[in-house]
Amino acid sequence: MAKKSRREAPAVNASSMADIAFLLLIFFLVTTTIDIDKGIRVKLPPWSDEIPDPLKLKTRNVFSVLVNANNELLVRGESMDKADLREKTKEFIMNPTNRADLSESPENAIISLKNDRGTEYETYLTVYNELKAAYNEIWEAESQLQNGRSYKDLSFDMQKTIRAGIPLVISEAEPTDFGEE
Amino acid sequence: MSKFSKKRGASTPEISTASLPDIIFMLLFFFMVVTVMKDSSLKVKVTVPNATELEKLERKSLVHYIYVGAPLPQFQAQYGTAPRMQLNDQFAIVDDIPLFLEQEKLKVNERERDYITTSLRVDREATMGIVSDVKTKLRQSNQLRLNYSARFRTDDL
Repeated sequence: MAKKSRREAPAVNASSMADIAFLLLIFFLVTTTIDIDKGIRVKLPPWSDEIPDPLKLKTRNVFSVLVNANNELLVRGESMDKADLREKTKEFIMNPTNRADLSESPENAIISLKNDRGTEYETYLTVYNELKAAYNEIWEAESQLQNGRSYKDLSFDMQKTIRAGIPLVISEAEPTDFGEE
Repeated sequence: MSKFSKKRGASTPEISTASLPDIIFMLLFFFMVVTVMKDSSLKVKVTVPNATELEKLERKSLVHYIYVGAPLPQFQAQYGTAPRMQLNDQFAIVDDIPLFLEQEKLKVNERERDYITTSLRVDREATMGIVSDVKTKLRQSNQLRLNYSARFRTDDL
């Protein structure tokens, strides 16, 4: 029996193997999502035991944003919708109409962000994202004005020059402790 | 013409399978490149929030992760439902961070230690209390490069 089968061993037709392999390959090519980690980059300020004195700053130069435990926003003493935050921030930084209650110049503008320990992380990040977006949009506009090019296409040094003119300063205070964690 | 047809016998010619190993190797290399090794299994629920101002994290070897979120259902009996922090493979408290950072530093070439980034993967429903504690501890440990992990948001606020 064994002898017989050895003698007549039929060659397995392997021509379709490549097709099967390619089918697999295409299937995985389509289904695999290459997960790249993305996020909002932040540079934390160095730790110091001294409590910074907010009185040194002029009120008009500080854009205070408070987020409470109910995820509501209080911007410069007035409640605000998250969707309006970006435009208001831009107006505050650039102060195009030279209003007396907005920042003296973009260099002096400081954003103070304070949240509660009960604030939801999603709200916090949305607010942070809007503040950063305001600066990104201003830098983009500035780049178009100065160089006629997009901020993204500039060299690292040129980006730095623009950032130095309109520095991003987000100062985060210790969170309040009113809400439930 | 007849010269060629004569040479072919009655038996069907065998198809060369010489390229099969190449195909298999191609598959193998593809998966080797694409596969991301999962270095820790999550014990907390982490669904990162959406944002628009995202930047890619370069140099994976210089990045380590801190997970914050509510414990998964199977751990809730022991750890409760309040947001907890996970380092490597286990639940941790904020005071464990300095040691964790030191261990991560040792894995990195001395020259590149200033570029180590902490990626915070925080669940969108977690509260800021624990996140603030983590941030404070990172600042005290002089680990200032931070990344709030997020996914891209396409719709308006």
